[in-house]
Amino acid sequence: MTEVAVRAENLTRIFDGLVAVDHVSFEIPPGRKWGFLGPNGAGKSTTIRMLCGILSPTEGTAWVLGRDVRREAEAIRARIGYMTQRFSLWRDLTVRENLEFYGGVYGLWGAELRRQVEAWLEHAGLAARQHDLVANLPGGLRQRLALGCAVLHQPEVLFLDEPTAGVDPLSRRQFWELIDRFAEEGTTVIVTTHYMDEAEHCDELAFIYNGRLIARGAPEQIKRTRMPGVVLEVRTDRLMEALAACERHPLVQEAALYGAAVHAIVEDVAVAPRLLQDLRASGFAVESIEPVLPSLEDVFVALVEAEEG
Amino acid sequence: MSARRLRSIVRKETAQLLRDRRTLGIMITLPIIQLVLYGYLTNEVLHQPTAVWDQCACSESRILVRAFENTRYFAVRWWVRDLREMERRLDRGQAKIGIVIPPDYARRLRAGEVAQVLVVVDASDATSARVVLSVASGVGARLSQDLTVQLLRRRGQRTVPQPVEVRTRAWYNPDLRSQVFIVPGILGAILQFTTTFLTIGVIVRERELGTFEQLVVTPIRPAELMLGKILPLVALGYINLTFILALAWAWFGVTVKGSLLLLYVLTLAFFFSSLGLGTLISTVSRTFTQAAQLAQLILLPSILLSGFLFPRESLPPPLQWVGLAVPLTYYLTVIRGILVKGVGIEALWPSILALVGLGVVVFAAAIVRFQKKLG
Repeated sequence: MTEVAVRAENLTRIFDGLVAVDHVSFEIPPGRKWGFLGPNGAGKSTTIRMLCGILSPTEGTAWVLGRDVRREAEAIRARIGYMTQRFSLWRDLTVRENLEFYGGVYGLWGAELRRQVEAWLEHAGLAARQHDLVANLPGGLRQRLALGCAVLHQPEVLFLDEPTAGVDPLSRRQFWELIDRFAEEGTTVIVTTHYMDEAEHCDELAFIYNGRLIARGAPEQIKRTRMPGVVLEVRTDRLMEALAACERHPLVQEAALYGAAVHAIVEDVAVAPRLLQDLRASGFAVESIEPVLPSLEDVFVALVEAEEG
Repeated sequence: MSARRLRSIVRKETAQLLRDRRTLGIMITLPIIQLVLYGYLTNEVLHQPTAVWDQCACSESRILVRAFENTRYFAVRWWVRDLREMERRLDRGQAKIGIVIPPDYARRLRAGEVAQVLVVVDASDATSARVVLSVASGVGARLSQDLTVQLLRRRGQRTVPQPVEVRTRAWYNPDLRSQVFIVPGILGAILQFTTTFLTIGVIVRERELGTFEQLVVTPIRPAELMLGKILPLVALGYINLTFILALAWAWFGVTVKGSLLLLYVLTLAFFFSSLGLGTLISTVSRTFTQAAQLAQLILLPSILLSGFLFPRESLPPPLQWVGLAVPLTYYLTVIRGILVKGVGIEALWPSILALVGLGVVVFAAAIVRFQKKLG
């Protein structure tokens, strides 16, 4: 087994003068769930496509399983799986036909192919609908089928480009259970997502913004170290008014609703007593003000704002 | 090239083709419509409505009119009384031909003088007019000859044989049926149309649906993908060929004079170049609409330049040269050769070489263009 599953070095892609990915470098050890976060158009998909060898880097390069994506793309293809952002299976083929096709082009044959197809149909809860046309399948099942097509050949590295976009929460959870199982079996999973709850599933995260990597690390580590400031959780009545009051407060940098509380970002924990005093003075029945670990969303928003600032 | 991957692609493509009811429907209805349309579209100019102004109204003039009618090109519809009425009939399109017989027609004939007969033709359609005019002159010549013979006999002289006798034989198509020329042409044109469009369909569709990106990351090689997509189309093309041949036989009685086996084998060379053309068009187009327009742009003139309806020899030389780049040109030679003349490979090899050569060129260009990259 190689020591690094994926390594990118100054990976850059320019489309007609527009820099989509800007000198991105990282290493992904094998067997990790690696999350790629960033707003739309940040360069996530472009990076994934370069790693899969279907888009040439303008500058820099990457190695997948020790092979250079610029020169050895064909050798990489048999050992990776890729699920595109757009749903891309044939609607005029049945569930089973789609699986058999992808198994076949990855070299599975005869009894082995049948065994793998059956296993996935069982695994993903698709057995009952195996002879249905994909066109008649609901979104969640389509997603699981697409994943099956990408993993039937048991790839060493699995690339998932926004695999759960537009899928209901229950289906998303079932989908992630499948992904977790791959990771447990030693597959390196590289996944891009918008959903912060999904990002929490990952062993390591990378934030990309305007084509550049702006933060990397395990979710806990990012929350602890990359937050410029402290998050105070304010539990009080009249939430909306409290939010407005926090936003107006001179010592609060940023305030947002978070569940049944207000999250106020301040420079230091020492601000807490002062904020409590001021809110109570304004007539709010404040239950508590406590420093909490920021959510990934807090960090993400703060990082992006720092970049734009 | 991996046989397993190829088989997977062929199986997928076949399943998709068989499920595509609309395309299959077109494959069946198109030949029927085309055969009916073009099969009855003949280049013969029979039964043209004719107006006659017979100022003589004698037995001689009746013989003359009957001679015209016997050719089957003239059908007398109107007996007119003056020139104005004849003009009116021609103006309105009620008559295409006018025949004017002078009052002294019989008298002049009996006197051994030259009797003039005027034949007026509506020459808006130059091709038909040309045919009618030459038939009319023929009628005149024939009648003159008969009258000369009668005159000589009456004077007790011996008739001399004609100095020059032109004997004609219509080879390959003795009954001069225009379907024999047209039907094989339709066969080639339909096959060219369906194969090219089907190829565009199966290749561009992947790009439009986004499935192409998913295919590109698999270990499939471009040649495998192309071949896997094309093989089912070749099979479909053969089914189409069989269907059209059966239809042409049942409907128009057009049979295959030469070897049916040879026709099927040589059709492969045609498929090779026409499928290659479709592939090339697909690789330079982003959407199906784009590809379809490009195909129309190429196919429409190619049908005219190939000699499908008009003899290629009547085109100006530069257009003839352009026609040499069209696969249909050679395939028409091949099918007409086998269907109508019953010739074999000894007469057809230059066309076969040209078809294979064209195929190699377009496929090479398509493979160069067909990169497994998104950008």
